[in-house]
Amino acid sequence: MLGLNRRDFAMLLLVAALALFAPFILNPFPTASGLSQFNAGYPDLMQRFVIFGIFAIGFNILFGLTGYLSFGHAAFLGVGSYSAVWMFKLLSMNVLPALVLSVVIAGLFALLIGYVSLRRSGIYFSILTLAFAQMSFNLAYSVLTPITNGETGLQLALDDPRILDAANTAGSVPVTSLFGLEMRSAVTLDLAGWSFTFSVGYYLCALIMLVAFYISVRLFRSPFGMMLRAIKTNQQRVNYTGLNSRPYTLAAFVISGMYAGLAGGLLACMDPLAGADRMQWTASGEVVLMTILGGAGTLIGPVLGAGFIKYFENIFSKINDSILHQWFSFLPDWMENLLVNIFYPFVGKGWHLTLGILFMLVVIFLPGGLVQGGQKIARKLGFGKKSNSDTPAE
Amino acid sequence: MDAIILQTLNGLDKGSAYALIALGLTLIFGTLGVVNFAHGALFMLGAFCAVTVSKLFQLSHKASEATGVDFMGQPKFEDVLYVKEWFGNDLGAWLIDWSVPLSILFAIPIMIGIGFIMERGLIKHFYKRPHADQILVTFGLAIVLQEVVKYFYGANPIPTPSPMAFRGSFDFGVMLGFDPNVIIYPYWRMVYFAFSLTLVGGVFAFLQFTTFGMVVRAGMADRETVGLLGINIDKRFTIMFGIAAAVAGLAGVMYTPINSPNYHMGMDFLVLSFVVVVVGGMGSLPGAVLAGFMLGILESFASLNEVKDIIPGIDQIIIYVVAIIILLTRPRGLMGRKGVMEE
Repeated sequence: MLGLNRRDFAMLLLVAALALFAPFILNPFPTASGLSQFNAGYPDLMQRFVIFGIFAIGFNILFGLTGYLSFGHAAFLGVGSYSAVWMFKLLSMNVLPALVLSVVIAGLFALLIGYVSLRRSGIYFSILTLAFAQMSFNLAYSVLTPITNGETGLQLALDDPRILDAANTAGSVPVTSLFGLEMRSAVTLDLAGWSFTFSVGYYLCALIMLVAFYISVRLFRSPFGMMLRAIKTNQQRVNYTGLNSRPYTLAAFVISGMYAGLAGGLLACMDPLAGADRMQWTASGEVVLMTILGGAGTLIGPVLGAGFIKYFENIFSKINDSILHQWFSFLPDWMENLLVNIFYPFVGKGWHLTLGILFMLVVIFLPGGLVQGGQKIARKLGFGKKSNSDTPAE
Repeated sequence: MDAIILQTLNGLDKGSAYALIALGLTLIFGTLGVVNFAHGALFMLGAFCAVTVSKLFQLSHKASEATGVDFMGQPKFEDVLYVKEWFGNDLGAWLIDWSVPLSILFAIPIMIGIGFIMERGLIKHFYKRPHADQILVTFGLAIVLQEVVKYFYGANPIPTPSPMAFRGSFDFGVMLGFDPNVIIYPYWRMVYFAFSLTLVGGVFAFLQFTTFGMVVRAGMADRETVGLLGINIDKRFTIMFGIAAAVAGLAGVMYTPINSPNYHMGMDFLVLSFVVVVVGGMGSLPGAVLAGFMLGILESFASLNEVKDIIPGIDQIIIYVVAIIILLTRPRGLMGRKGVMEE
């Protein structure tokens, strides 16, 4: 169906179901209960899940298939955000032209950087992309201030031209919308203690993520995808066979740059504001973390990794020591204090430490990421398949 | 003219830091073939060795006898510093004043130890894995080290001043016949420059004039043959890793008076020092030092107003531009050996 085999189609349906029912799935605890702080079902966070999912899917097309490790992908995210906000300022508050422009601009930018960077491979490629990204970051902070508004970040203002819908700018800054459907409007459903929020913005992001995911599945299964895998396995042999590998890697780079631009544009659509810190190299490191953690080269891994890290960043980081004391209060005092002291460095503000350790463990023991881990467990339990087309061949 | 001299001097201290970090990086790459993204974290750990020493010297306890009454009428107990109690007032004060240079003694064994543990515990298992994996695992390690430091020392920069004797600035201009106060240069930066030259010289002398260094150089050229001659080259490379860690750490120790250390200073330096290594040539020690100083000076020249008027923003990107040009035209870097990591 849709040009996919049965397994892939089932996976697409699974992702679609997860995205559709996310407001329920991520809100398992009643609002009044003590565990409600682990609910992740509010629109802002769910949007981040899917947007960074798109970003990671795109990064995976480059890193997972060709093995080229880019440390500068956040630059495309930032460029996408800036172009979307400019579209809001100049043309209209409709998200469609903004998204189109951010994808196009990020694609052009990726073409330029990719054309230069892909002349080298391995570590040199990583450093070249890193250098380009840091360059864009520094420029966005300093000289390009007329375009990027420097440290403050690019924001909407009342006196922006907004050619297409100048009439409705009276009073307050208008909100982003899709043909009148406001992005931040939401419906709340109260059900016996639970409270579920369905936001327009989230469902738009989820829809786009599904399309992006579908395209990436098709790409993975296409001859083009096979070509990219061949480059990852042995680029020299590909070259000696008489095939020029550069156009293929460049195409992969541009596609993944466009995904990043799309993610950046969506970030701006949900919250019309763009800052240079989105382009910093630590932001590029984050998408690397997501992809590796979930499983590079697998289809669903990057989405899982993105969700995992964003969940940690927003939920895990809220656990402070008083909550820990609450949890362990059933124990004797000395044991409670001991346990709190042991766990405290790893939660709350220290969640990066947990993330770093987890990431190292994944790189050392599970090069296939969480997906590989899941498959290993499934096989141990006896209901895994003999061969899994998702796992990388190496 | 005076501006040129001043910018050259200003570039020297940044260049020294780049050169020292890049030297360690390329030492690790040249010996073990490992791309170490945690090297900036080692620089940061060195800086926090200095912070630790100065904190240790500041430890105090309440005096047992009251020395007077405070404004509330309660008996007042003064804080007594342990160092002053143990070593006497004068020596104690001197120790506190000189805590940064003294931390070198403390930092050397600590950093070598950390280097050993890192190499034996983690890096060892990544020799056979692709460079991408090495980058990833050391990147993870850098995050962990950074967060550990953040947990113990907090997120704010911790000022650690240089000794009284080196505060203030030296008026270079007068010596060269310019007006006073045209070319002034802080004493501590001169110390830093001299220190880094000594350290670089020391590492080179160690590699050039000792038997150990000779074996290491032989191992860098052809690891397999040295191994076949019955020399345990792995052990020596581990020691070199420790030394590289110590070089980065000492660079960090002495850098603390120039910039107050905070937990992410390593990440800030890491990207630049990688660029320096690539410009100098992967695995080339003289190349790393040369490129470090060159890029440091270039950066400070680019921040001259006259230059910025011609090309705005050049000061922010000059290093990256140079790196990109070098990588595209001469991938083995300025002084890299032919055939080493060219593709």
